[in-house]
Amino acid sequence: MDNQMNTSENLYGVGALFKDPNKIVKVVEKLVELGYKHWDVHSSYPLHGIPKRMRLKWSPLGYVALILGLTGTLTGLFLTWWTMSVDYPLTIGGKPWFSFPAFVPVLFELTVLLASVGTAIVMLFIIFKFPNNQHPLHDTEYINKVSVDHFGVFIEAKDELFELEKVKSLFNDFGADEIIEIAYDRNEVTFKPKVFDVKFISFLVVIAIITSSVAYLFNNKILYLPPFDFMLKQFRLGPQESSTFFADGFGMRKPPAGTVARNQEFYPFKNKPDEAGMKLVNPLLATQENLELGRNKFNTFCSPCHGWRGEGDSRLNGQFPNPPSLHSEKVRNWTDGRIYHVIMEGQNVMPSYASQLTEKERWAVILYIRSLQRALNAKQEDIQ
Amino acid sequence: MSSNIDYSIEPEVVEGQPKLNQINEAIAKPLETRPSWKYLVALGISSTMLLIGAVCLGFSFYYGIGLWGNNQPVGWAIPIVNFVFWVGIGHAGTLISAILFLFRQRWRTGISRFAEAMTIFAVITAGLFPLIHTGRPWLAGYLFPLPNQHRLWVNFTSPLIWDVFAVSTYLTVSFVFWYIGLIPDLAMLRDRTKSKIKKTIYSIFSLGWRHSNRHWHHYEMIYLILAGFATPLVLSVHTIVSFDFAVSILPGWHTTIFPPYFVAGAVFSGFAMVQNVLIVVRKIFNLEHIITLDTLEKMNKVMLATGMMVGYAYGMEFFIAWYSGNPLESFVFLNRAFGNYAWAYWIMVSCNVIFTQLFWFKKIRRNIVAMFIIGVLVNVGMWFERFVIVVTTLSRDFLPSSWDYYKPTLVDIGILLGSFGLFFTLVILFIRSLPVVSISEVKAVVKGSQPVHH
Repeated sequence: MDNQMNTSENLYGVGALFKDPNKIVKVVEKLVELGYKHWDVHSSYPLHGIPKRMRLKWSPLGYVALILGLTGTLTGLFLTWWTMSVDYPLTIGGKPWFSFPAFVPVLFELTVLLASVGTAIVMLFIIFKFPNNQHPLHDTEYINKVSVDHFGVFIEAKDELFELEKVKSLFNDFGADEIIEIAYDRNEVTFKPKVFDVKFISFLVVIAIITSSVAYLFNNKILYLPPFDFMLKQFRLGPQESSTFFADGFGMRKPPAGTVARNQEFYPFKNKPDEAGMKLVNPLLATQENLELGRNKFNTFCSPCHGWRGEGDSRLNGQFPNPPSLHSEKVRNWTDGRIYHVIMEGQNVMPSYASQLTEKERWAVILYIRSLQRALNAKQEDIQ
Repeated sequence: MSSNIDYSIEPEVVEGQPKLNQINEAIAKPLETRPSWKYLVALGISSTMLLIGAVCLGFSFYYGIGLWGNNQPVGWAIPIVNFVFWVGIGHAGTLISAILFLFRQRWRTGISRFAEAMTIFAVITAGLFPLIHTGRPWLAGYLFPLPNQHRLWVNFTSPLIWDVFAVSTYLTVSFVFWYIGLIPDLAMLRDRTKSKIKKTIYSIFSLGWRHSNRHWHHYEMIYLILAGFATPLVLSVHTIVSFDFAVSILPGWHTTIFPPYFVAGAVFSGFAMVQNVLIVVRKIFNLEHIITLDTLEKMNKVMLATGMMVGYAYGMEFFIAWYSGNPLESFVFLNRAFGNYAWAYWIMVSCNVIFTQLFWFKKIRRNIVAMFIIGVLVNVGMWFERFVIVVTTLSRDFLPSSWDYYKPTLVDIGILLGSFGLFFTLVILFIRSLPVVSISEVKAVVKGSQPVHH
């Protein structure tokens, strides 16, 4: 390592500056004839016909643009097809879900977007390997003159045919206005990966902190500040709010007498357990589907107190008094309607479960309770 | 050897055959000298306008868009008028930089950079309006098909979503085109400057460009490719903007002539804006030999041609309204010309069709003052064209009981003023921070700069 540092000044190549663009043409022809490989022409604007004379290969960017453009089209096609006809099909104007003509503008724009941006990225970062501000040519008199009004031809030292004196005399023969040797500093041009640089990592950390704090502030704070919260605060009364409009100061009004809310259930056997037990009949059959539903709901709503098998073995560790077993003589002799009444109205410390369970679910739970009762008190014929 | 053979003798693009280093000097001068008082006055005026617009927008955000004149039945009012107007302004830039490039019109070199920058600034200004018109611009992320917690997607069959795609693609591609063009010029500035800060900035943005012909080879190819993509793109953008109207079923909007008519109008107003700003810039920064009178004359010719296309569209709309035999169509068009917005209609016709006919005279085409005034009038006329299209149709909808007369409020006008402020502030800042003329392109067309191949 140290040895390399001592010999850090290396010859990068030799450049010749010309004031007349016509001389360039002749030098280029000569260099191609001699078979140099690592050389270049520098000018501050594209010189007509020079790439052709340099025998440069046809630029592949056209194919790059074609491939990227087609990728854009296919991406757009997939996006429109998948969102509009698979993930969230929406009928609009009676048209088919996959209405291709309406997707054409989006496909076209995505084609152009991907092709142009992608081709530019490929050219700059893959073909040219930019950004590269450490190239040995930078900050030399050679490039400073090229960028104003000179035209340069440069031969790199790594070329197999390179011999310093020979190249210099070649340039002289063509009447170069100036010949410049360019050396480069090995220490300057290192190719160590800079990803683990302290500076680079702290840069990433700072970016991450800034981005996440901005996102946090925006999503959790700023959107709840005026004026962004106007959707939340509107000119209407929320539940339990007061209002000066009404004499009693309440914002909420009682519905007129006799009002029945939509979908409200009417339970005719309020406080009439025996009548319920006589008149209500389980409309469900003990199918597997209904029993599954009943088990599901029983396990969710009933089992915390009644236990998994309805034996009254509460899982609440005494926070709530244990209910009696559902396998008692009394409950086994109850009709389905009588149990239904308990679910609707509650009993002793048990509250009503009418709001937790729909009508069908209640009956399904009863079916399940019946099957539990039967399982724990199996008769002889059940075994067969 | 030379592939493009001149069939006619073309006058020199750059006057007076300047030396290559003089071109560098002339174009880099605005970036390296202290601003004159004229520049500061211009910046002061434009930023004041921008501030007025910002204050009006702030009020609109705080109190809501009820501060604007938009109401039933005219829900699309000045914000949409401004949107269409500014997108249209942008079109001239791409036309000059891409379409004229494909047609090998060398006179474009002096103005292409500037026109492209104006495209970007105009599209930025335009993009503001649909956003603020939604009333809650902070929720604009939902315009893009991003996965979200509602599991909803955008409606890809809606012209408004096509607009989102068209305008954002247009902005991105214009920016890429502009930036690719800037790289060699930034490298030239990097090699020129003595200041360390400037050098760092130019180095970062020129990415290490080193004027290599192995690079120029690819560079010329990508320029061609980007021009090739930008050309259909620019036509698609205003076509899609016109679809916002044409795909609806309102009389006066539902017409097939809209896409070409909108594109012609966009080029028309865009050229007027570019011409106006260039006249000022070439005067202030002494670039008369690069942005020549010949160039301006050619722009006036384009304005004459596109102005007549727009005039033809006005006539054709009336013809179709009569020829279709649709009573609603004919009502709408008679209402435009003689109804309660007749004043706007006749401002539009006189500015766009009648005054531009003066460009038939060579003396007027080459008179700076006259062409400047006509350019201003064209932009006034084109703004009113969009106003007429949007407002007259909506204010007289299918239900006569809801007919109303739309009047913009002071806040509306403040925001319009602010949009001009934003655009001109960006232009004025651009003039002094980046080369307004493409140095490498101008050098390449100066006489004697290209080698003669035998």
